[in-house]
Amino acid sequence: MLKIVAIMFGGMSVGWLLRRRSLPWLSALIMVLIWLLLFFLGVEVGANDTIIGALNDLGVEALLLAFAGLAGSVLLAWALWRVVQGQKGGSHP
Amino acid sequence: MKGSIIIVSFFVAGIVCGVMHWLPDLSRYGNVSYVTLCLLMFCVGMGVGHNTEVLRSFRQLNPRLALLPLMTIVGTLAGCSILSLAMPHRSLADCLAVGSGFGYYSLSSVFITQYRGAELGTVALLANIVREVFTLLGAPLLVRYFGPLAPISTGGATTMDTTLPVITRYSGSQFVMLSIFHGFIVDFTVPFLVTFFCTI
Repeated sequence: MLKIVAIMFGGMSVGWLLRRRSLPWLSALIMVLIWLLLFFLGVEVGANDTIIGALNDLGVEALLLAFAGLAGSVLLAWALWRVVQGQKGGSHP
Repeated sequence: MKGSIIIVSFFVAGIVCGVMHWLPDLSRYGNVSYVTLCLLMFCVGMGVGHNTEVLRSFRQLNPRLALLPLMTIVGTLAGCSILSLAMPHRSLADCLAVGSGFGYYSLSSVFITQYRGAELGTVALLANIVREVFTLLGAPLLVRYFGPLAPISTGGATTMDTTLPVITRYSGSQFVMLSIFHGFIVDFTVPFLVTFFCTI
């Protein structure tokens, strides 16, 4: 974990040093790396019979987790909006 | 949306190759995906460090609204903790790791796969795709019933790119800066929170 975070901070310093230059290829490179990694994940999932067999259950689990997180964040965002509005009486941020 | 479809196609293509055994067992090449992940993290960091203009423009925000990323993070983690009580076969840390993707499905699923295996990685991928799609489709209703901050909060880490157009449309263009700020902060916390929950 520390290694990955250290690598990210390394990237941030390099990005900051290069802040005066435009890096048009960076987002394309990130995209390609993500494609590769998700392809690898797919291969691992596909080759694993246990996961393939449980794909329906995993999907249900994913839906439940997604909606639990969504419900929590909607409620707190709503509460913050009520507080901000109550204080200012307006709707402009 | 087009980007998401391409990403999912790569995942599905991988599954097909895996099921058909067209490729040799990837676990033997575990280092390949780890090195790719390190390279990805370096590039993500570079993007953050490079983006000084975004950081500078954050000063104009209403300080109270600047708490929105915190609401998103605390709300999501609270929701996932409560749900974990009903999921005896998953630990609290596993549920929190999946929630900590905040819609950034590519990065979070890859991380979770690395630390917790492909099964939880798949759950993370699906759960976080659902989060993004829900925000894209549900934004008008969210604004109507829960106010203009709701779709920004549900968008999680995606509110500075993929979900920004719908947020601008339904919450109003005065929320563009807040949405970008929110996406930037939440995006930044994803690698930290996901690795944290995966390693405790």
